[in-house]
Amino acid sequence: MAEKLLDIRGLKTWFKTDDGVVRAVDGVDLHIERGETLGVVGESGCGKTVTARSVLKLIDMPPGRFEAGEILWKGRNLIPVSAEEMDKIRAREIAIIFQEPMTSLNPVYTVGDQIAEVLRQHEKISRRQAIEGAAEMLRLVNIPNPGKRVHDYPHQFSGGMRQRVMIAMALSCKPQLLIADEPTTALDVTIQAQILELMQEMKDRLGMSIMLITHAMGVVAETCQRVVVMYAGRVVEEAPVEALFGNPRHPYTQGLIRSIPRVDRGAAHKERLEAIPGSVPSLLSPPVGCRFAARCKYAMDICVKAMPPLKEVGPGHRVACVL
Amino acid sequence: MSETLLSVRNLKKHFAISGGVFAREVDRVHAVDGVSFDIGKGETLGLVGESGCGKSTTGRCILRLIEPSSGEVWFQGADITRLGPEALRALRRDMQIIFQDPYASLNPRLTVGAIVGEALQIHGLARSRKALEERVLELLETVGLQADHMGRFPHEFSGGQRQRIGIARALAVDPKLVICDEPVSALDVSIQAQVINLLEDLQEKFGLTYLFIAHDLSVVEHISTRIAVMYLGRVVEIAPARDLYDTPLHPYSEALLSAVPIPDPTVKRKRIMLQGDVPNPIRPPSGCHFHTRCPIARPDCSERSPELRESRPGHWVACHYRG
Repeated sequence: MAEKLLDIRGLKTWFKTDDGVVRAVDGVDLHIERGETLGVVGESGCGKTVTARSVLKLIDMPPGRFEAGEILWKGRNLIPVSAEEMDKIRAREIAIIFQEPMTSLNPVYTVGDQIAEVLRQHEKISRRQAIEGAAEMLRLVNIPNPGKRVHDYPHQFSGGMRQRVMIAMALSCKPQLLIADEPTTALDVTIQAQILELMQEMKDRLGMSIMLITHAMGVVAETCQRVVVMYAGRVVEEAPVEALFGNPRHPYTQGLIRSIPRVDRGAAHKERLEAIPGSVPSLLSPPVGCRFAARCKYAMDICVKAMPPLKEVGPGHRVACVL
Repeated sequence: MSETLLSVRNLKKHFAISGGVFAREVDRVHAVDGVSFDIGKGETLGLVGESGCGKSTTGRCILRLIEPSSGEVWFQGADITRLGPEALRALRRDMQIIFQDPYASLNPRLTVGAIVGEALQIHGLARSRKALEERVLELLETVGLQADHMGRFPHEFSGGQRQRIGIARALAVDPKLVICDEPVSALDVSIQAQVINLLEDLQEKFGLTYLFIAHDLSVVEHISTRIAVMYLGRVVEIAPARDLYDTPLHPYSEALLSAVPIPDPTVKRKRIMLQGDVPNPIRPPSGCHFHTRCPIARPDCSERSPELRESRPGHWVACHYRG
């Protein structure tokens, strides 16, 4: 097995609210190998974004708190690391892009200034050199006319182009890991295809790893090597992408895959979708046992009594289900 | 196609952009630029396209939630665009709408019972308080909610349940046509399937006709009888759902379909990458609106605007060189 670049073990990130403690991430184990794309999938509130933000320590504390676990970055636990040290890691080793590029870009600075700022943190260069470097980054992400666009403000770019700017900014520090949090969710499907292709190209060129957080199973199937499925703050299944789609083992994963309409299946056209009944449990007081038990058609007595641990069912394929 | 329920003819909607000291009209957004289609009784017509293509505006012009600039909308022997306020109100009993955002489209100060019952009262459809209550109860049960939900407020419900409330409200007046404007786009996939199944069941039970507006092509393909593809305010192709997916004729439909990610890693397809973004609808390209991004464009495409023509039975396309 390749080297583990990032290894999250038993991570619990909880939030204190007026109603009680929300266990947003409640014992997550996952790792990312060098050069791979890991997909983290799940529905709203499953903890996928909080997991990603925990890695970069972008969680407001309070109300947030690391309750337990470790985040090993190249073998070193990031949880006790100081804020200054974390700034360096964020600038040079791990980068993140968000769903909504407009809210992550500063509207009063040109995109060139914003990319140049990252470049100057990274190496000792003049402002002018940095702007030239920024234009070079824009060219890398296929923005037409980069020498001129470098002086434009974020609002002068379209949604797809802004996401390209975000990628350029994230990549300008040559990170070893890019965390992409729903990078294409706000984009139209033809633009989504452009951005996914760009990310793939950048990954190959820079030899980095990608942690792709998404709710879209189609995007995962087309871009990831391995997948982690999350439900209500826990990992329920982890597998190589072919195994996850070919032989999903957790009833939740099976339900997710069957509930999506498929464009490519002619004959099954008018087949009824298999919906998962009910909705996600509250994370204020999650159930003691398996968190999916209340919606699971195979649930037994034992399921509500104890939380099933992840166990190996095939090469690199782990599932948290008693079945 | 069965008997025609709704005919849209050359519908246009231009939004004025005002500017300068006297707020004169300085420009126009051509949101809907000459759209024509028919919907047969009991069928579902899917209306797809990317952001800004005019699909939602088309839906709202049909209901006259937005006043169309020109064109005709024929429904039950009358041109809706010429109706006076009284006739329009009566008409709205037969045409209802379900909105995308289940959070913004329900009045937070009204109970579920009041929200669903409001239309019954406006149209004088309940003889007594008791009859009203009984009808609301029946409606809630029809959409899979319970009697004790009646006295609760929208914020007490999840997204999927709120969308069920929106559906119950639309059904209250026994409409013939329901315009579904991105009804499942804001929902998680497992909940999305529940709502799609519900819409299908209701169509069968009450013989409803749907205009289903969405950007998710897999969902549209699943639910629609026929599909119309829009690009920059115009319909570029109309065909039976399966035909469109098997043999898309317009180069835009083809690219759009090829961009949909397939949730199966073993399926490898050739993707047609469109270059650039959708042009600005204030100054749409001359001739065929798609010529600036079209892989098969020829010089005259920028001069002549293609009309929709029937290329094979029931399959209409607006392209000079395809079909």
